[in-house]
Amino acid sequence: MSTAVDSRRPGGDSAGAPRGAGQRKSSASLRHRLAERGIDKSLVMLVPAAVFLIALFVYPFTYGIGLTFQPSLLQQEKWGGGIFANYLAFFKDPFVFDSIWLTMRLALPAALINVLASIPVAFKLRGKFRGKRFMTTLLVLPITLGTVLTAQGLLIFAGRQGWLNRFLMEVGIIDAPLQLVNNYIGVLFSLIITGFPFAFLLISSYLSGIDPSLEAAARTLGADWKQRFRRVILPLLAPGLATTFILTFVLAFSVFPSARLVGDAMGSTRVMSLMAFRAFGEQNDYPMASTIAIMMGVVELAVIALVLLWRSFLYKGSTGGKG
Amino acid sequence: MATDVIATTPTAGPQTPGSERARKRATRAARSGRAPGEKALVAAPSTWFVWAGMAAFLIFLLGILTSVIVDSFGKSWFSTWLPEVFTPQWYAKSWERFDLTHVIGVTLTVAVSVVVLSVLIGVPAAYLLARRDFPGKKLLSLLFLLPILMPPITFGIPLATVMYNLGLGRTIWAVILVNLVPSVPFVIMTMTPFIEQINPSIENAARMCGASMRQVFTRVLAPLLIPGILAAAILVLVRTVGMFELTFLVSGPQSDTLVVAIYRAMTSAGGGEARQLVSAMAVMYTMTMMIILVVALRFVNPTQLVARVKDSRED
Amino acid sequence: MAITASAFESLELKDVGRSFGGHDALVGLNLTIRAGEFIALLGPSGCGKSTALNCLAGLLPLTHGTISIDGKRVDTLPSEKRGFGMVFQNYALFPHLSVEKNVAFGLQMQGTPKAELKARVAEAVALVKLEQHTKKLPGQLSGGQQQRVAIARAVVLQPRLVLMDEPLSNLDAKLRLDMRTEIRRLHQSLGLTTFYVTHDQEEALSLADRLVVLREGRVQQIGTPAELHNKPSNWHVADFMGYRNLIDLTVEAVSGEDVRVSGAGFSLNGHAAQQVHKGESVRLAIRPEDLTVVEPGDSVRDGNTISATVAVVEYQGREFAVGVQTAEGQTLHVRSAHAPQIGDRVTLTVSASRALVYRSSLDEDSAGSTPELEEVRA
Repeated sequence: MSTAVDSRRPGGDSAGAPRGAGQRKSSASLRHRLAERGIDKSLVMLVPAAVFLIALFVYPFTYGIGLTFQPSLLQQEKWGGGIFANYLAFFKDPFVFDSIWLTMRLALPAALINVLASIPVAFKLRGKFRGKRFMTTLLVLPITLGTVLTAQGLLIFAGRQGWLNRFLMEVGIIDAPLQLVNNYIGVLFSLIITGFPFAFLLISSYLSGIDPSLEAAARTLGADWKQRFRRVILPLLAPGLATTFILTFVLAFSVFPSARLVGDAMGSTRVMSLMAFRAFGEQNDYPMASTIAIMMGVVELAVIALVLLWRSFLYKGSTGGKG
Repeated sequence: MATDVIATTPTAGPQTPGSERARKRATRAARSGRAPGEKALVAAPSTWFVWAGMAAFLIFLLGILTSVIVDSFGKSWFSTWLPEVFTPQWYAKSWERFDLTHVIGVTLTVAVSVVVLSVLIGVPAAYLLARRDFPGKKLLSLLFLLPILMPPITFGIPLATVMYNLGLGRTIWAVILVNLVPSVPFVIMTMTPFIEQINPSIENAARMCGASMRQVFTRVLAPLLIPGILAAAILVLVRTVGMFELTFLVSGPQSDTLVVAIYRAMTSAGGGEARQLVSAMAVMYTMTMMIILVVALRFVNPTQLVARVKDSRED
Repeated sequence: MAITASAFESLELKDVGRSFGGHDALVGLNLTIRAGEFIALLGPSGCGKSTALNCLAGLLPLTHGTISIDGKRVDTLPSEKRGFGMVFQNYALFPHLSVEKNVAFGLQMQGTPKAELKARVAEAVALVKLEQHTKKLPGQLSGGQQQRVAIARAVVLQPRLVLMDEPLSNLDAKLRLDMRTEIRRLHQSLGLTTFYVTHDQEEALSLADRLVVLREGRVQQIGTPAELHNKPSNWHVADFMGYRNLIDLTVEAVSGEDVRVSGAGFSLNGHAAQQVHKGESVRLAIRPEDLTVVEPGDSVRDGNTISATVAVVEYQGREFAVGVQTAEGQTLHVRSAHAPQIGDRVTLTVSASRALVYRSSLDEDSAGSTPELEEVRA
């Protein structure tokens, strides 16, 4: 790579050539100026990634945004507003608009539960003990299940005839089977089962990034268990917690298969991704589908921005880990 | 004074006639086999709470898993604890019914292609982002972060629209390309800490020894980055095999991966296929994933993916 | 065949500079290195000495000037083509390769035939006395051994120039002395041209044929160890050369190079190392070794006396390092043959030729030196 570029540079190695003197000077000074700003030939390594990003992300995304302003005739007739008809439809049609609230009602509690439950578990599984690898593997297992199998399993396990209801009735806790699937609870369960391992893994690694000697230092300064957690660990862990919350929220926010399979797809779990897919796959209204998809991104980024804002208020600094 | 000595050196406890409190502490410590001052296991109700929560989670998990497995082997299982008759026939049936040879072939092709491409594209980019400073770096980093932060549907629908416009819809190419979108940034994110922990002067040393940029990569960086690349590759593999939303948007009958095939079977018109057929397929899916993950965990410790600090000081 | 240095007549750095986004890390470095010379680049951390080294190595592109060997430009060459060897501060050994393979790496890059490669690697390993450890990985070696591997790896290529970036700073005190001797031995026996960066003046003085003192990216002085030791060009270099007593005073009288300065409760006869004028505020630099306690029976040198109270006493082997304080609160570092008691009143003396008088400002840039003044006083 470097040889090719070298040989093309005027007067690079052939120092004796008097003719190339002026030319060399100008090329060198340009190179000097670029070098000072951090530009040189090794940036070639970025090209594939940049091409990929533009072709598969930036272009389609801008194209999608453009598409939202080309509503189908049907939408225009129904909602008016010319090129803004899709957005009018989104905000005015309660069937579509309410999906924001329905999505939030699922994603926020799911992300919160996952993060909050992961903290103590990650703490207990910190350090070295026998069977740690086994415990970790067990907790990570649900990643292998995937949303679809989790849905299938929940339908069978927590269904009216399933083991869970059967057991609770045998023991005498309940008289009639609980309705645990095909509704809000079913989807929430499935989000926790799929989301918790991710949250646990992330928080564990953030926790392992905190230098144990810090805690030892706090201990020598007389801080007890609770004080050490509150005054030392928590502030250092906070950025990691925020990141984990964001990532699990993203995971829960785009819930699609479980909302359809174990939820009530036309009712209490009519989430945004379902609405977007309905427009895309069933009605073939690509502009409207893009509108819902883009709005989904907007809503999600707003939540992320709020979390980041909270995080920047909370603590400025870095953990051992990468945020 | 004596109290202090005993507290710091528990073995000296019995011999030194210290204060009453110190002796008590020492005997208590001796009985539970711990040094005094350490957290007591019995005393913390929070510990029990955590274990109970974990137990509930695991019961749910195992319940889900076993019920699918039992279901996949059961013939007519309705209102009893277990099916009346067990049979392996659902596996053969679903294999035939859904043409799983083809589906699994597609799944593996897609997964391997995505892993190879995203590592080839992502690792050099991660290297530059970790090591260098150049104009527009912040913008580029942000752009690489977006596909991970955004819901897949958000960029998936516009991307799928473009794919259909280009005539790529329902092809395996489209499936590979859409799966690259979150995978490349994911490789970059996973690799960055691995690259940062390699001292830059090692690369400089190689160059001073006369190695060209390419030789630095192949002879020095690649061997050192193998654990990181392996970790990233395995995570991308798992993500791609499990990726539903993006694949579902662009795949067709000839390019469905296993997850999408299961979903289609569960939602196909007329109330879906026989439940046991789906269960059998789901079990096969989980087995595949589990094998990948168990192999993966032998190579990488998942809790050290983000940051690596030696915890040897803890013991 | 023996490991030798491939020779050149002279290596010339002309107006070499490097800036990072508007900040000048290195400005106008002019230096000619003759073959076989040992040059030490000396300065506090952040003075631009690592920048200079990296520019010379080609690891950082220049933003100014040229580097040429025997009139042939090399600054446009990538570092792997310059034929220089380098020893890094943290050794920078390849952690995945054995000692042997680390040393062989450069030869492999050159495509050296196998037999020759083996012989040269063995020779280089023997040179640094690591024959017992050829199959070990760097992680299994001690710091000193790792540093030897790094040196072997650099010299096996018979480089035109060996660059050393604070190679001893990660070693403990005893090893540092041993390795210092080792480096000097290698330099002399192989005739290597060496460019050595350090912040340790003792190291630089003992190793180098010539020293370059750098401050804030600018050269302060170039000269032999003796020149720098005896005649620092400004108070900053003096500070670096072990003139621990830097006292701000005012010029009372000047006659030729003899100056009388006063302030801080005493006045002294000194030697003007830079041109100063009557009434100018100046900085007096004295080494602790030159400022001695007057014992009963000793004579006062050049009529210079300072009375002070003993504040700190440190045992330093043959003699005692004593910290004293004048009535005006000026702290001074002196040497004494036997230990005075804390609180003792003592009289100090110094010969006029060893009391160097410098201008307070460091040449062209008088701005921004206030924080340093504070630091020196403290």
